[in-house]
Amino acid sequence: MNKILQKEFHVERDDYANAGMASSQIKSTLKQVGVDPKVMRRIAVAAYEAEINMIIHAWGGVVYLDVTEDGMIHLIFQDCGPGIPDLEKAMTPGWSTASKKARELGFGAGMGLPNIKRVSDEFTIESSPAGTSIFLTFRVEE
Amino acid sequence: MTIQQLIEQTGWKPVTKDADVTKEIKGAYCSDLLSWVMGKGQPDQAWITVQSHINVIAVAVLREFSCVILAEGAQFPENVISRAEDEDLVLIESDLPVFETARKLIELGV
Repeated sequence: MNKILQKEFHVERDDYANAGMASSQIKSTLKQVGVDPKVMRRIAVAAYEAEINMIIHAWGGVVYLDVTEDGMIHLIFQDCGPGIPDLEKAMTPGWSTASKKARELGFGAGMGLPNIKRVSDEFTIESSPAGTSIFLTFRVEE
Repeated sequence: MTIQQLIEQTGWKPVTKDADVTKEIKGAYCSDLLSWVMGKGQPDQAWITVQSHINVIAVAVLREFSCVILAEGAQFPENVISRAEDEDLVLIESDLPVFETARKLIELGV
């Protein structure tokens, strides 16, 4: 499928000060291609949660954004490890391994992955010690 | 109700200088857990919280909140105010606890 838009965004480990920056850039990029506002809001939730996970749990990573000719938005969040040992637990609402620092800032509610899955049209997650990848798909029109 | 009307009727302090106070407030959401706020907040709501750090701005902008009300007499740091002004997001400080802040909004018909 031909891509009509392709971008990537880098996310640094422990970079709390810039948390949300990649998600904001994704949002403004997608606004330019006329994504339905309701879809946009779902994408913003998913992007933010996945970006935060890269900052507070992983060693940073890259976000790939593609929009294809068939009106699909693809987001891939690929981090540099250390991986999620138990994906089933990680997907359980309220379960979290966030640090004390992250929790003090209001992160670590254990709602990140469940939120991402809930708002996405398609959700796939793969994890190994080399890193975690989350593949998300959204339809441009709701 | 607009943010301007809320400020006039409560006496709460808007700490952002140039952000747009003509925006409408349609309801409110109270929580300090950012994932709950991302997952459950709705556009144009006022977000009542005691979190005052920089990540509040990203959440509020992505969730398209009308404004953020910091309760309990807490204060936003300068760098947070400055980021909010860049994003045209109004930050307000309330001396009241979260519950009383929310009650005030309800009394005013928000």
